[in-house]
Amino acid sequence: MTLGITLESLTLGYARDPVLDEINLAVRPGEVLVVVGASGSGKSTLLRALAGLLRPYRGRIVAEGEEIAATSRDRAMIFQDDALLPWRTVRSNVELPLRIRKLPKRERRAAAREWIARVGLAGHEDRLPRELSGGMRQRVQLARALAGAPRAVLMDEPFGALDAQTRAEMQRLLLHVLRDTRATVIFVTHDVDEALLLADRVVVLGSGGVRALIEVPRPRDLGVDRTALRDQIIKEL
Amino acid sequence: MSGAEAQITDQARQPDPLPSPPRSDGPRRTASPYAPERGVSPASAQPAPNGGGRGRRWAVRAASLLAAAALWQVLTVTDARLWLRFDRLPTLDQIAARAAGQLGTQIYYLDLLQSLIRILAGFGLAAVAGVAMGVLVARSTRAGDVFTPLLEAVRPIPAIALVPVAILLFPTDEQGIVFITFVAAFFPITVSTRHAVRALPTLWEDAVRTLGGARRHVHWYVVLPGALPGVFGGLSVGMGVSWICVISAEMISGEFGVGYRTWMSYTIVDYPAVIVGMITIGLLGWLTSAAVELVGRRVTRWLPRAERSGP
Repeated sequence: MTLGITLESLTLGYARDPVLDEINLAVRPGEVLVVVGASGSGKSTLLRALAGLLRPYRGRIVAEGEEIAATSRDRAMIFQDDALLPWRTVRSNVELPLRIRKLPKRERRAAAREWIARVGLAGHEDRLPRELSGGMRQRVQLARALAGAPRAVLMDEPFGALDAQTRAEMQRLLLHVLRDTRATVIFVTHDVDEALLLADRVVVLGSGGVRALIEVPRPRDLGVDRTALRDQIIKEL
Repeated sequence: MSGAEAQITDQARQPDPLPSPPRSDGPRRTASPYAPERGVSPASAQPAPNGGGRGRRWAVRAASLLAAAALWQVLTVTDARLWLRFDRLPTLDQIAARAAGQLGTQIYYLDLLQSLIRILAGFGLAAVAGVAMGVLVARSTRAGDVFTPLLEAVRPIPAIALVPVAILLFPTDEQGIVFITFVAAFFPITVSTRHAVRALPTLWEDAVRTLGGARRHVHWYVVLPGALPGVFGGLSVGMGVSWICVISAEMISGEFGVGYRTWMSYTIVDYPAVIVGMITIGLLGWLTSAAVELVGRRVTRWLPRAERSGP
């Protein structure tokens, strides 16, 4: 089950200096919506509000007719880094959302094993986060978020701190994993090529609002020339 | 945004391929507080930075103690009077003889057990109450407003200064001594816990909340384990202060205990027994502190080596 989310006249930040002012946007169920924008354009603030970590100053965020007022396991968030609990092993981190839901140990173990394997970390279950590279830690974050079977995944520049090679691997892994989950994805990045690779639609934020909303042609594997789209996004930034 | 920010390789634009297995790409970044460059694999643990093997370090430690004992022996055997008057203090062989005599008596072990029970009771209660209070005042603004002024007003009073109040307050001396021990350890544990909880990165809490965690999950899965390194710092200090106060309280109002026996030995001019009492206190304090350190290191294995609590 996927989740559609609607932003209604949403203002985030403070009255005199809103980060985002009166924005309206409908996130379609099951789509990958990539949010791009320059530093300070409110990308991460928007994501925190969608997660329920930040209350809107004005306006509403609505999911299935209900206003989002708090965090929920329906909307898992993946952070740039350091969000794994460093005292828990890979397995124990991935099991966390299932522990919170009080799933029996056997089911937790099985689900964690499956997700760890799907992100390519089989054999690393008992390692601590500090024993992993940056890319491996992000794989664990992905497995942990998806193990909880969220209906939407909010990703805050999750590959922003990785080198180009690892970032490319992570992008491919993400696309592969998302094919099975059908979760709605809202992905924040400042990298235009990353946006075009992952997105069904790209939202460009700037000057406190939505500068542009751009459809990206699918399927991704047709080798479509995206230069025009890329130029359009960069122009809006 | 400049074109330089668009950094994906052409390889990445290929159609959704299967995930490749994780490369052993090693550590690249040092942004993570728990991922220093050297800490990627347990196998890459570094040797002790200051050289010397384990055996050599133990030899240095033993030599340090032996040197202190030898100095004592020289000063007391020669009846040194260098402003400080060592001629009135017993020599090592006198102390050893007295220790041998005491170790054969039941009363020595009863005193030892009595002091240990007082320490374990007072320190144990302080550990539970101190951690709970530290978490409470750090996590709840209202609790902070209610308790912080009280804590800050009582904290500067040395626990031993509460002996008169303890005598008045509790029906038996025994309870009073445990109370003094409790108060001594409570404050360092509370303050360390409060600092440790306040210093936790909010990111861990956000992560647990967006995984569906409620406030109690945040406390259980983030606050308590995350604060453990700081908590054990407080427990370590608390254990040391507990010993100071239990011995002092025993000297003032005890009926048994190592502190009581040491003071009694002084009043009957049995100076070798005083020194035996002091050594006993030192060893007990050392052992209990080492136990706290050991447990602390066990439960904070996840910390990078250099930051672990304990030596």
